[in-house]
Amino acid sequence: MDGIAKPREVRLSTTPTPETLAALQLGDIVTLDGLIYTAREGVYMRALEDGANIPMELPAESAANFHCSPAATIRDDGSFDMGAVTATASFRFAKWLPEWFDKSGAKLIIGKGGMSSKDYKDYFVPNGAVYLSTVGYGTGALLGRGIEKVEAVHWHAELGLAQAMWVIRACNMGPFIVASDLAGNCLFERENAKISAGLDAVYEGTRPAVLKRFGETDDRSDELI
Amino acid sequence: MIPIELIQTTAADLMAKAAIEIPDDYHAGLKQAAKTETGPLANYVLNAMLDNYAAAKLDRCAMCGDTGTPRWYIKMGNEARVEGGPVALEAALRRATASATTDIPLRPNRVHPLWRTDHNNNVGIGAPEIEYAFEPEGDWLDLITVHKGGLFGTDYRMLFPSDGIEGIKRFYLDSLVAFGKRGLACQPAIIGIGLGGCKDTCMVLGKRAACLRTVGDVNPDPKIAELEAEFKELGNSIGMGAMGFVGKNMVVDCHIEAGYCHTGGMQMSVHAFCLSSRRAVARLFPDGRVEYRTDPDWFTDYQRRETVEWTG
Ligand code: SF4
Repeated sequence: MDGIAKPREVRLSTTPTPETLAALQLGDIVTLDGLIYTAREGVYMRALEDGANIPMELPAESAANFHCSPAATIRDDGSFDMGAVTATASFRFAKWLPEWFDKSGAKLIIGKGGMSSKDYKDYFVPNGAVYLSTVGYGTGALLGRGIEKVEAVHWHAELGLAQAMWVIRACNMGPFIVASDLAGNCLFERENAKISAGLDAVYEGTRPAVLKRFGETDDRSDELI
Repeated sequence: MIPIELIQTTAADLMAKAAIEIPDDYHAGLKQAAKTETGPLANYVLNAMLDNYAAAKLDRCAMCGDTGTPRWYIKMGNEARVEGGPVALEAALRRATASATTDIPLRPNRVHPLWRTDHNNNVGIGAPEIEYAFEPEGDWLDLITVHKGGLFGTDYRMLFPSDGIEGIKRFYLDSLVAFGKRGLACQPAIIGIGLGGCKDTCMVLGKRAACLRTVGDVNPDPKIAELEAEFKELGNSIGMGAMGFVGKNMVVDCHIEAGYCHTGGMQMSVHAFCLSSRRAVARLFPDGRVEYRTDPDWFTDYQRRETVEWTG
């Protein structure tokens, strides 16, 4: 539809200064330049729980942690073939973040779906970090275009290709959307609140199921009928 | 006899087509959504998705980095014969899945649920799923691959006749609202609803309704078709768009499939086929002809047959 307000677009380094991060607003569209590494549960567990040495200089080389498993293979000659990249849902990784921020000095956490404003306030704000969400979320081919080079893959033998730590050189890679700011505000919660206001009207003419489920009551001594 | 070699090479082609090329019907549906979307962020997302489909096609690169869980639906005309028989057919599909995973490349998503073993080829115990159906006439074989994504957006519930349409609507809305927040379902999606059957068949019906029917297709039962239209409308009236941003496009289309169920129950499942609604189809003939298409044409009158004998 034409005539709709377009979001602001910003180009950002993957080792950003505090000032550039402070200037970001919820809903800004960001593209990235510099090194990005992928790290999700496999990397977190290996680095934090097993105490393995992180095979990169963090955050000097990169302060951008991508919750992602790329569609990629290692060719027989040791080079890489990376197609599309797409983030995976981040909320599951909250428990590792406080320690990970300590260890990695990450300033940009990139993923799918964001985290809660509580996570932002507890973990992100003290570390001066913000959350960037991929767009769609299926814009893998666009993101792939922003990959100048796959620099390395670490721990693929131990973790498999999907969980390995991929190091990507990004050039104007995006789009990403700013989902938290330095004050810990959450874009998704802001949108949820606007939508929730109209939900009662949408639910008119519906009825709760006669058979309940646990979860609809948290009292396990309740009967569900 | 359909040559087994032809099956394997066609299957590998289909893997690439599914991963890279958004089917025309879904593409048209999303373009329409982008035209009507007034939520600024949701509108931005829809246009980015349209750019992404074009980039994927041009770069011959998977449209989404999460390439889902590839699976196969096989349909055979009653006279179709496969060189080497059904075991050779399954081997060919497994080989094609594995080779395409490296060649395209796809993400090696499939792992053991407990040991997380990853063969890096999307093949393992029970993977890829291969499902079969038959048609009364023909010597052809349809290969259909679906690469459904999404850990989110699918749910099942045992409802009862007394829950009625109001209960069905409630569970439908609950599923959309629950999984639509933050866009976890990667909406706007094709929503498939399974009604009836047994628990497993209810899930199967809903999944097939989402993945094997095209945008714009309607159920031949006029009353179910009416419900489909109403549910599409209802889903789009939630006020939620792409990524869970304020918007009015949540459902590109809604398909409902019914199966006969236990007299006391009214099983219901909901499935969301995401922004990367990946499917590709080819019909193979014994003389070596291959016809590609994107409409699985799965739910024929024969598949929905209601009586003991088939007299189509
Ligand atoms: S749900 Fe679909 S669009 Fe979203 S990340 Fe998964 S495959 Fe991609």
